[in-house]
Amino acid sequence: MTMNQTIEADGADAAPVEPTRGGNYFRPPVDILEQTNELIVLADMPGVTADGVDVHFEDGVLTISGRIAPQSTVERKYLLNEYGVGDFYRSFQVSDQVDPAQITAEMTGGVLKLRLPKAAAARPRKIVVQAK
Amino acid sequence: MVRLRVQSFVPLQQLRDEFDRVLKSFIGDRPQWASRKPAAPTGFPALNMWEEADALKVEAELPGMKSEDLDISVQGGELILQGKMAAACDASTYHRHERASGDFRRVVRLPVDVATDKVEATLRDGILQITLPKAAAAMPHKINVTSA
Repeated sequence: MTMNQTIEADGADAAPVEPTRGGNYFRPPVDILEQTNELIVLADMPGVTADGVDVHFEDGVLTISGRIAPQSTVERKYLLNEYGVGDFYRSFQVSDQVDPAQITAEMTGGVLKLRLPKAAAARPRKIVVQAK
Repeated sequence: MVRLRVQSFVPLQQLRDEFDRVLKSFIGDRPQWASRKPAAPTGFPALNMWEEADALKVEAELPGMKSEDLDISVQGGELILQGKMAAACDASTYHRHERASGDFRRVVRLPVDVATDKVEATLRDGILQITLPKAAAAMPHKINVTSA
């Protein structure tokens, strides 16, 4: 298995698990970068603070969700309305090459950054040849 | 007395706005799209702009944006947003690359005069909010009727 297959999105836009909270849900755009010893997932979730983020890992499925602050219910007189606002939800299939116990998350300026360290077996290892 | 102002040059944008206004008076507000993305492509960043009694509000989603990389100005009845979204990293292998990055510039015509010296902008949790207080002349003015 190549590292390209390490993370696969669930494919469909629809969330496989229905959240209890109503309202609009959006699929955050992500960058997934591979580095020597870890994978980095960056997800844009504007309006979400660290308190509103939930990262869940179970049975090889990594799920990220972000709740935004409740929006004003006062009806707005829109002159431009180019995007919708709502909570975020997305899940990924993660191979067992990632060590789930070592996953860390941080939220800065509306961007969630997850670090998924590779399991020891998946890390590149340099074999030292000993001269005799 | 009716004073007629003759303009030799009507900018296209102004003409289009006027057309929109006339159309709107016949068919009402355009539908509010339920989708996150608008039906027609827009510039970057996508904007929400609405009018309140004493101000115009503009919001944009700029996750990961640093305030020092953002330049906002109001000039000649236009709001100009420009800046640079930093890329996550240039040396790594991307398995997915969906987040926006790079330089952007967007110009929006403001429908009312605003007090340019009182415009305020905040960037919090990746959301930019700009408050553009209306100029005194554009504010609704209540006239008190005195009885003689």
